[in-house]
Amino acid sequence: MALAKLKQDATLARLAGITLPEGATWATAARSDALARLSAMGLPTRRDEYWRYTDPASLIVADAPPAALFDNGEAPLFAGVDRIALVFVDGVFDAAQSDDLAGAGIEIHRLADVAQRDIHWAKDLYGTLESRGQHPVERPLAALNTAIASDGIVIRATAKVQKPVHLVYLHQSETSDVTLHNLVRIEAGASLTLLETGPGAARLSTCLEVDIADAGQFHHIRAQGSDHERRAVTHCFAQLAAESVFKSFTLTFNGVLTRNECVIDMRGDDAVAHVAGACVGDGGDFHHDDTVFVTHDALRGESRQVFKKVLRNGAVGVFQGKILVKQGAQKTDGYQISQSLLLDDDSQFLAKPELEIYADDVACSHGSTTGAIDETALFYLRSRGVPMEAARNLLTLSFLAEALAEIEDQALAEELQTRLEGWLARRA
Amino acid sequence: MLEINNLHAELETDADVTILKGLTLSIKPGEVHAIMGPNGSGKSTLSYVLSGKDGYSVTAGSAMLEGVDLLEMEPEERAAAGLFLAFQYPVEIPGVGNMTFLRTAVNAQRKARGEEELSAGDFLKEVRAKAKDLQIDADMLKRPVNVGFSGGEKKRNEILQMAMLEPKMCILDETDSGLDVDAMKLVADGVNALRSENRSFLVITHYQRLLDHIKPDFVHILADGKIIKSGGPELALEVENNGYADILAGAA
Repeated sequence: MALAKLKQDATLARLAGITLPEGATWATAARSDALARLSAMGLPTRRDEYWRYTDPASLIVADAPPAALFDNGEAPLFAGVDRIALVFVDGVFDAAQSDDLAGAGIEIHRLADVAQRDIHWAKDLYGTLESRGQHPVERPLAALNTAIASDGIVIRATAKVQKPVHLVYLHQSETSDVTLHNLVRIEAGASLTLLETGPGAARLSTCLEVDIADAGQFHHIRAQGSDHERRAVTHCFAQLAAESVFKSFTLTFNGVLTRNECVIDMRGDDAVAHVAGACVGDGGDFHHDDTVFVTHDALRGESRQVFKKVLRNGAVGVFQGKILVKQGAQKTDGYQISQSLLLDDDSQFLAKPELEIYADDVACSHGSTTGAIDETALFYLRSRGVPMEAARNLLTLSFLAEALAEIEDQALAEELQTRLEGWLARRA
Repeated sequence: MLEINNLHAELETDADVTILKGLTLSIKPGEVHAIMGPNGSGKSTLSYVLSGKDGYSVTAGSAMLEGVDLLEMEPEERAAAGLFLAFQYPVEIPGVGNMTFLRTAVNAQRKARGEEELSAGDFLKEVRAKAKDLQIDADMLKRPVNVGFSGGEKKRNEILQMAMLEPKMCILDETDSGLDVDAMKLVADGVNALRSENRSFLVITHYQRLLDHIKPDFVHILADGKIIKSGGPELALEVENNGYADILAGAA
């Protein structure tokens, strides 16, 4: 399809300034291919169907808008968890702050290293799921990430890994513009928990490709931190083989712009994929967008999308979620719910749930709601002596509870819950 | 304990609808008063106005709890001052565990009164003992507040809250509605266990049935926003036997 001239010109102008990172032949090929994909697609504009509710301009401009640092005095997340912590400061790997790139049942490398090697398993995965995930919906910013990312973490789990791997993205420069690309390969029967915490940079782009073999399990828990002016665009592409499990949860607070895309391809029978998110936003410059695409292409797949947003003082939340059930994907069980709690009349929630089903023996359901605090429940709590503000906070947390319940690890869930309580308390 | 004097209240949204039209009632410590009355007489409105629900404006009169003006206070302040309303329709709150709810409420009130918060251990011990008396099992305590509870379970949960919060002035708004005979007995036993010389009750009901179990000291008939007749327990029997028609006719 020929691109409109204007879009093509804008894309070419923007890409003209880009130099691809150097690497081994396969890496250079993967990056050039990604750049070619991007040139063909063009960079997104608000005219594109999947960018109608979110303006991509500030994610695309050559110079990232600066973002002030914000310290709320809270201790770093998951610091008490027995984990393998890998730290990036404004996108630069910090070996001194990081644990050894090793663990039982696991291989960990930096992308910057493996991209220099002629032979590495990463070459079969790098850009592969991203490239496949460009259809039927284009994700140009993911292709941009694949093209220009020079670092990231590459993980292969060969057994049930006990310690979670924690990618810590620290933000220390007000003008940092960071692109990281991570790969995860879960071998048959293996399992891994990946934690990610940010804000990471003034502008952060992450792309995660996850390949899960038969009966493998991948658990992903992410917190997108609290710098008010930061911007982030994240992509997760996952491929699920038979009886594998993928579970991802994201907590987002603050940030002027967050776009989280999750693209899941259920290719093996009896696979399970859960994607969930909770976000809390305050203020007219808060914009949060969850865009999810789940494809069922095998028998008896189970997928769940659970997204909850709390919005106040003019904050905007977006949900675009799709379940595509391909012909032959019988006995699919697909579920999708997106809900917003608007704490005032100025905030906005835009939802676009989509189901597209070509199999005739499936159970798919979806729902989307927007509401205010339940006045009856508020009075009930107050009549029991709970002060107004505490009662509102309790009801706000209860609204988010269904999304947090998607996190299997109770301790991790409670830690995130505590952060939410802190966020609410700061806004009292 | 509770002094209501010439209370007038109307709907906030519609000043033409006056619901309470000069209600006067005095309840002394330890007394149990029952208010009966036909549908639409203002029984539930009275409970809401006293507990501070939005949507009503008081145009005249006063309501004092132990000499303190109730109407000037926020709902949570009224609760901390010792007022408790057992709801006719207890509210379901998905996502808030019953235990969390109880503990938050108990400690919020203690804090408001300048008392020390109850420790997790002491709270647990107390709530378990009180729940047992009301035949509330561990599962009900764990579940979200009132979600999936039967009518009887919801009402027992109200009484459990009352037992934990230890209010001075308890208002029971049609607590008998939706209860079978056994559940009513259980709820009434729970209420009776809380009767003491320092605690008063205002029992709002349609039927005399509940008053067989919770024996009132006084019975009042509310009609068209006013108390039109007061008496002893025999007044409830009269209503049961003859309906409201005679009393209303007598008052007219």
